[in-house]
Amino acid sequence: MRVSISHLNPYLALFRIRMIAGLQYRAAAWAGAATQFFWGFMLLSIYLAFYRSGGGEPPMPWPQLASYIWLQQAFLALFGLWWQDNELLSSITNGHVAYELCRPCDLYAFWSTRLLAMRLSNVALRCLPILTVTFFLPATYRLSPPAGVAGLLLFLLSITLAALLNVAVSMFVYILTFITLSPVGSRLLIGVASEFMMGSIIPIPLMPVWIQRLLNFFPFRYISDLPLRLWSGNIYGREALFQIMVQLAWLAGLCVLGHVCFRRVCKRVVVQGG
Amino acid sequence: MIELTHITKTFKVARRGKGAGAAVKAMFHREYKLVHALDDVSFHIGRGEIVGYIGPNGAGKSTSVKVMSGILVPESGACEIMGYTPWKQRREYVRHIGVVFGQRTQLWWDVPVQDSYDLLQAIYKIPNERFRLTCEMLTETLGLADFLQTPLRQLSLGQRMRAEIAGSLLHEPEILFLDEPTIGLDAVSKLAVRQFIKQLNAERQVTVILTTHDMHDIEALTDRILLIGKGKILHDGSMAGVKHRFDTYRTLTLTFTPHTEPVPLEHAELCSWSAERAVYRLDTAKTTVSQAITALGGQLNILDMTSENPPVEEIIAGLYREHNI
Repeated sequence: MRVSISHLNPYLALFRIRMIAGLQYRAAAWAGAATQFFWGFMLLSIYLAFYRSGGGEPPMPWPQLASYIWLQQAFLALFGLWWQDNELLSSITNGHVAYELCRPCDLYAFWSTRLLAMRLSNVALRCLPILTVTFFLPATYRLSPPAGVAGLLLFLLSITLAALLNVAVSMFVYILTFITLSPVGSRLLIGVASEFMMGSIIPIPLMPVWIQRLLNFFPFRYISDLPLRLWSGNIYGREALFQIMVQLAWLAGLCVLGHVCFRRVCKRVVVQGG
Repeated sequence: MIELTHITKTFKVARRGKGAGAAVKAMFHREYKLVHALDDVSFHIGRGEIVGYIGPNGAGKSTSVKVMSGILVPESGACEIMGYTPWKQRREYVRHIGVVFGQRTQLWWDVPVQDSYDLLQAIYKIPNERFRLTCEMLTETLGLADFLQTPLRQLSLGQRMRAEIAGSLLHEPEILFLDEPTIGLDAVSKLAVRQFIKQLNAERQVTVILTTHDMHDIEALTDRILLIGKGKILHDGSMAGVKHRFDTYRTLTLTFTPHTEPVPLEHAELCSWSAERAVYRLDTAKTTVSQAITALGGQLNILDMTSENPPVEEIIAGLYREHNI
């Protein structure tokens, strides 16, 4: 028998096993990457038509928009709140969660780790091919390099926080599932609303200004819109730092709230049957 | 070791009449029924005991196991296990227990069994050397060697259950809760699991609490049974005691040289008669097997005979009937 690998921290070990489970779907990843290419091209063609026919100053320079769309496609798995861990959701509804509840771990942290690993394993398989190819496309469709070292660093910092923020928001889907015992409602509601509010349907810079202002008061913008605009330098300097602070605040606030809610639903959990 | 005093747990179950009208009404006003899953349950279990927890479906068996494993929080009552209150000191407490829910799975569906075990090693912080020895022991006694490297989804039910049981024992728990561990298993796997539980109890003094509907599990494993029905503990005693109480008849089957005329027997009921074979049901309160054979031997040329105890299922059914559950 194989002697087990080094003695891991439980959260790292969970991260590892979820990565292993996620990385085995290579065919799905290739298919997904192809879909996202197609989707990106389609969106860009539509916006290109608008940009060419429309008069006046566009709300966002074309190269920035192209980068926005391609990064959005490349990191799709980090953003989409409609995509959740089905195994975990069904474990809540069918009661397999009973096992999870008798582990000597902080379950909130444990599940967050699991969700993060699920998203990272998916992104790991898709983002590199998409980024590489789109970097060498004809000029109009090309993904531009980041706005200097500062832009790259801000992007990296912000997308890391975005991934964590996504997980913190996702946890509420699981918390709600404990109460409603069906993941459909909460996932649909959070999924659809967030798609619009994080700029996955229409990039936020292209929206009317009053909607943009409104969206600043929700966490969703900071999951996707912010890092994408930091890359291209659409947001920069002090404004960038300020927005990252807001992102951080959302993350901390939702983690604390999620933790409290999670503890409460665990107390009143009913594992039925069997 | 385990001490439950006056534990009560009630579930609120929504109910509504059948039909569309009731469904619409339920949207505005919901009626709830309170189900007393556990109603003033108290018992004590000592170290190294194997206790069979029996009762019909919905009696509260699984609820008690979930309370004892810290998953459910009861409304009232106290529960002290190894000095812990399960739902209050959950994280410290669950290190010491192992749980197998026969109808649920704890291993990862898509990855090899060994990877799931590695995760459990990390979760329970089991030192490498200890883990290796436990793994070897479990692999050998439960016969896991063939499929440790296979993803769980490709295992048969019997293999999966053995892998699940091993998964619950990696951290060498002092108490093992088994909630229907043999459900759906074939005869060979059932025997292997039973044998293993016995060995574990004998060699390591692991306390075992077992719920099952398979009375042969109970008969093979436990010295003590707790009968629960409608949320109350109805009987707490030795298996032998229960057997003795419901051991009210013997089934006597005889074969003999042809004899067409049925032979009646005092204090016994003639269940079937053919020219060469007869089945009697003796009332053991009034007669003995020996008396019956003496009486029959005078009239029949007996070739062979068997005497059987009531099957254990019937004993338990008798117990359920007696308590009206």
